[in-house]
Parts: sequence; C-alpha cells; structure tokens
Amino acid sequence: MTNNSFFQIALYVITLLVLAKPLGWYMARVYEDEPVWLNRWLTPFEALIYRLSGVNTKQEMRWTDYAIAMLVFNLLGFFAVFGLQSLQASLPFNPQNLPNVSPDSAFNTAASFATNTNWQGYGGEVTMSYLTQMLGLTVQNFVSAATGMAVLVALIRGFIRRKADIIGNFWVDMTRSTLYILMPLSLVLALVLVGQGVVQTFKPYQTVPMMETVSYGQPKLGADGVALQDAKGNPVMETVETKGQTIAVGPAASQVAIKQLGTNGGGFFNVNSAHPLENPTPLSNFLEMLSILLIPAALCYTFGVMVGDTRQGWAILAAMTLVLVALIFVAVPAEQGGNPALAALNNVDQSANATQSGGNMEGKETRFGITNSAIWSVATTAASNGSVNAMHDSFTPIGGMVPMWLMQLGEVIFGGVGSGLYGMIMFAIVAVFVSGLMIGRTPEYLGKKIEAYEMKMAAIVILIPPLVVLGGTAIAVMVDVGKSSVFNPGAHGFSEVLYAFSSAGNNNGSAFGGLSANTPFYNAMLGLAMLLSRYWLAVPVLAIAGSLAAKKIVPVGPGTLPTHTPLFVVLLIGTVLMVGALTFVPALALGPVVEHLQMLGVASAK
Amino acid sequence: MIKHLQPAVILFVIFTVLTGVVYPAIVTGLAQLLFPHQANGSLMTDSNGKIIGSNLIGQPFSDPGHFWGRPSATGPFPYNAGASSGSNLGPTNPALADAVKARIEALKAADPNHKAPVPVDLVMASGSGLDPHISPAAAEYQINRVAKARHIAPEKLRALVEANTEARQWGMFGEPRVNVLALNLALDANH
Repeated sequence: MTNNSFFQIALYVITLLVLAKPLGWYMARVYEDEPVWLNRWLTPFEALIYRLSGVNTKQEMRWTDYAIAMLVFNLLGFFAVFGLQSLQASLPFNPQNLPNVSPDSAFNTAASFATNTNWQGYGGEVTMSYLTQMLGLTVQNFVSAATGMAVLVALIRGFIRRKADIIGNFWVDMTRSTLYILMPLSLVLALVLVGQGVVQTFKPYQTVPMMETVSYGQPKLGADGVALQDAKGNPVMETVETKGQTIAVGPAASQVAIKQLGTNGGGFFNVNSAHPLENPTPLSNFLEMLSILLIPAALCYTFGVMVGDTRQGWAILAAMTLVLVALIFVAVPAEQGGNPALAALNNVDQSANATQSGGNMEGKETRFGITNSAIWSVATTAASNGSVNAMHDSFTPIGGMVPMWLMQLGEVIFGGVGSGLYGMIMFAIVAVFVSGLMIGRTPEYLGKKIEAYEMKMAAIVILIPPLVVLGGTAIAVMVDVGKSSVFNPGAHGFSEVLYAFSSAGNNNGSAFGGLSANTPFYNAMLGLAMLLSRYWLAVPVLAIAGSLAAKKIVPVGPGTLPTHTPLFVVLLIGTVLMVGALTFVPALALGPVVEHLQMLGVASAK
Repeated sequence: MIKHLQPAVILFVIFTVLTGVVYPAIVTGLAQLLFPHQANGSLMTDSNGKIIGSNLIGQPFSDPGHFWGRPSATGPFPYNAGASSGSNLGPTNPALADAVKARIEALKAADPNHKAPVPVDLVMASGSGLDPHISPAAAEYQINRVAKARHIAPEKLRALVEANTEARQWGMFGEPRVNVLALNLALDANH
C-alpha cells in the first residue's frame, strides 16, 4: 500500500464519522417531530399529503397494522415497476424505442427495486426507457429506502415506550423520511454530480464522430432479418465499419443521487458507477462513496439520541467502523498486489508509483485507481448498497471475497438505510443474550428484558439470509440451468453463483457480473431470495418492536450489562463475525480460498 | 388490510409524482440552467461548432501515430458508448492472461525496440469499457512509438502529454491521469 492509499482511506472514514453526528441529530428531530429548518417550506406540503390520503397523523399503529401497511405499500411498488416494464414500448419517454421487458426479468427487477436490493439482471441503457427509469425505478429508490428507515424508527420506539401497544404510524414515518431526509439530500447531491459531469437530460442518445474508423465482425443477416448460417451451421460473419459512437445519456444524476444515498445501488447505466457519465471524476467518486454510508452511519447517532443515551449509538457505530476499516485494509492490499498470472508474463509493470496506481487494473477505471476502487467495494457491500465503480468479478480472489463476506455477515456493518441498523440491533439482542448466559445476568437491552419471544424473532432474522444464500447456491450449482450461466471456469465460477445469492439474499445488489443472471432460472430464484430476505426480516423486527413496547422499563442495576462500553463493542463484533464465519467459511473455502491458492500455485510453478 | 389500501394507493400516487416526475424535472431544469455542458454529456466542439466527441467518453485508437487508450470489453466494437461493459474475466481465467499477452504483443509489434515492461492499465480492460483516461505511465510508454510514427521529437510530445495530464483532483482525490481523446485531438491539431 502507498502513502496515498492510507491518506485516501483516512480521508474517507474521518469525513464519514464527522458527518454522522449532525445528520443523525437532524434525523432524530425529524422523527421526533421537533422543529427543523425545512419546516418552513415542507410543513404545509406535508399536511396536504396527509389530507389527500386520509392519514390521521395522531393515530398510531400496533405492530401488526404497521407491518400490513408496509407490505401493502411495497406490493403496490412491486406491481408498478412490473407494469411499467411490461408496457414501456407503448408508453412515452422512450426515445430509443426499447421493447417491453420479458416477464421473468420484469419480476426480478420489480422484486429487486421494491426490496431496496437493486440487483440488476439487465443493462440499463439497453433495457429501460426513461419513463421506466424515472417513474418506476427512481420512485422505488426513494420509497424502499424510506420503508427501511420507517421500520427502524418503529423498532426504536419499541425500546423507548413502556407498556404501550402502538409503535408509530407507518405513513407518517415513510413520508417524513422521504420528504425531510431523502429528497433534500438527493437534490443537493444530484446537482453537485451534474456539475462534475453526470448527465441529466431527456434528449435521446447522442451520436458523435470518432477520430479513427473501427471495423469489426458481426453476424450477417438475411433479407428476413434472421442471422445467416453456412453449410456447417456456423453464423456467416461480415465486416462492418463504424465512424461514429452513440453515447447513451438520460436523466441519470437524479437517479444516481438517491441510488447512493438510499443504499439502493441500481445504476442508470449497465456498469453502474464505473461509467464515466455516472461517476465522471475522483470528486464525484468520493461524494458517491460517502453517500453510500452517510445515512446508515448517521442513523446510529439518531438511534442514540432517540433512546436517550447517545453512547449507545456510538457503540454500535464503533463496532461497524472497526469491521469496515479492518476489511478495507484487507481489500486494498489484495488489489494492489496485482495478478501473479501477469507477473509471470514478465512484461507488465504492476507496481504502484507516482505515475500509475499499478495493481490489478482489470475492470477498474484509471481515474479511481486501485485504492478508491477497493474502498468502494468494501463500502458498497458493508452497506447494502451494491453499486460498483469497478467490476468485482475481475477482483483478485481475496479482493472479491471481502465484499462477498461483508454481504454474508447479514448487511449489518452499516447495512441498508434503516435495515442495517435494525439488523445490527438484532445482533445486539443476541449478544446481550449470549453474554447473559455466560455470566448469569438477566439479558436486557436498553432497559427492556430480552425474553424467549424476542430471541425467537431475532433468530429468524439472523438465520433466514444464510438459509436463502446457501440453499439457493446449492440448488443453482446442482442444476444445469444454474451452471450454464457461469462465465469464468473453475473455483471462480462457483464464486459467481455464491456471490449472486449472497447479494440477493442480503438485499445488496452488487454482482460478479460474469454470471448471466438474466435467465428465467436466476430471475426467479434471485427474485424470490430478495423478497424472502427483505420481508421475512422486516416483519419479525416489527414483532419485536411491538413486544418491546409492551414491556416496562427495568431500571439499571448491578446485574445490568452496560451496552455502551468497549467490552460490548467487542462482544457485538464477535457475535456478528462468529455467526458469519461459522456459516459461510465452508462455502468460501470452495470459492475464493481455493482460487487464491490456485493463483499462488500457478505463479510459483512458473 | 382494506383500511390501509386507501392511504397506500393515494400515497403511492403522490410519491410517484413527487419523486418520479417533480424531482427529476427539477434536477433536469436546474442542471440544464446551471451546467448545460455537463448535463448533456460534456460534448466537445471544434472551431466550427461541430461536435467531435465527449470529454468523458473514450474512443478506440489503434493507429501507431495516436496514443492508445485502455483496452475495452464493450461489444460489438470497443468503446461502444451505447452499451457499457467490463470484461468480467476472473483473475485466474486463462482467457485473461491470453488477452493481456496479445495486447502486449500488439504494443511491442508497433514499437519493437521498446523493451520496458508495459504499464498495467494499458493491457487490462477498464470497468466501463469507456474509460477516457490512461495513467501518465501509460502515456509515457507510448511517446517513443508516436514520436517515430509522426517524425517529431519525443520532448515535444512529452510537453503535450504533460499539458493533457490531470493531477489528483484538488490535490487529493483519485489518481493522476491523461485524457486520451483530448491528447490525440491536440496531437492532430498541432503536428
């Protein structure tokens, strides 16, 4: 690692932590309905929204009602995205005349964007009309993020309230998340990104001349438009020349801003934030990367403020940050180390110096280099964002294992907006329970006794994603339709499948892109995985919220395990890593670990 | 469930309009007002006002008299800006080593006397397939070849490369880099 690598990492982590407190403080005021600066403009507007939709803000919900409201609202989003894709050919704002999306792909994408996963089985610029991108995908980017934040706030209320049977109003929480937090931040970020060069236009794609003419082969089509075949059945090729380049543009900045801030991750273009028109400069890269973790980090502080003890929030943020930084220091050197297979060619300079970043540059952009590509890969999988600025499939085995494992940890190291922290609180509940067993103390967290019901629900939350990930991977590698989509040979091919299910089964959305996932098999399997691991987690979390709210608050006594201390931070990290390691080490051994050993073996044999 | 359906439907419509129509429209309006050049793809024009490419989108180069950019994995031709794509080749895939070997050979064939190892970004495909930049090392590596093809002194080219090199943004973000299209346009204009 170079000095500059250390500097870039420090700059990123410190900026993130500095911003966590002010934004966290602001969000706490929003959720507690305290006055904020934006009230001047937004309060009348917010009141109008409630009046039109018949929402009584004073009427709070039991956890069951809260869950049903959340599910109904998400179901509508699912159908809207599915419908828009299925009809886009006959709808306006489709300047490229893109056809309707196939039903299996439309199902996958609808599930993907409703669940805040934003897995992309499709290539944006060749599949989605401007209308689908805006009215379908951008909308879900906002409301799926707001859904996660609402569920988190409901859970926090479960800790604050005593002997209550209501945990807030889903409509209010969702509306305030969108109106006061996500939209203002997105508006500012989108404009800064445009200033850096992200496109924002409704014009059709632009064709520009190229300096050199390029000739390439393509299958020759007959008069009927079908590819011609020779006597042996091989396609007949013809050489064509092109002097021009068609540049895909569109309303990208508005979508990119919320995809980063709302831990969504679904790019406007196929290669996501590696695309120069989606992430044009190192500064845009820094801001997009910061936005990935900004709200998840700040929500830790919000949590601390709302439960009346900011140390509780800092403790969780400390646990998340420690794991994040440790894994950045695994990923960056792995990528900087380069590829031994090329070193064996003796003709490639992979060393880092003042004039190049060196390292494993396959799938990476020059303006970001090794360090900022590796930091992004860790941040985007620590959070359940899933946007990429480099192709994870081309990372070194260890460099690719880090993002894969971060997803498998359950998306609780920052995680999704709202969902990451409520997932982490589940691990905190397990941690106090386990330590309670070890030292004979009554398990309690933030003054609430943790009993059998909470443990059952927390266990469901923690166990469903591994079941979906490992079960799905096992099925996919046993059937031919699963195996035929694999692109790279050997252990890396297995990693592609494991990565896909880790991503879908934890609502991340990033991919080892070599896997041809836009097939009926993967569209269906991964779509189901995303739905299962979003709602079967959110509903038990709300059940815990309801159960906790009904309990009285136990005063702190000599038997209480303090949950704001470095000891608890260690316990919490230990619980997360233990579950993640025990569950996934065997599968990782078959993929990235084997490949890493093979890579070293091949290099030393030469 | 029924009692939740009314607020769900109405709120969904409201938020669809708000975040799917109003928000992108506001961003587009302000973007076109404040940053019209960037918002439309950072297109460059020549002295007659004719569009000659985008400052942010690379182009394919294989003429020895031009600087070459990053290898591109887009189909059906490199630097197809209508369908961005990386190669997705894994690190141990033999196809990756073969592709790199072929690129080294092409570079060596165009400049047989150049024995130094090739900077890695010149033989490994970019993530987008549209990377407009190469590292300063990759530009320096090609000066010898371009100078010979154009019969000009390497020092003149080196000055041109330096003029088209961007340092780390604000002195701290990202990596130093050379815009290949801008460099080649300047090259054709001046020499």
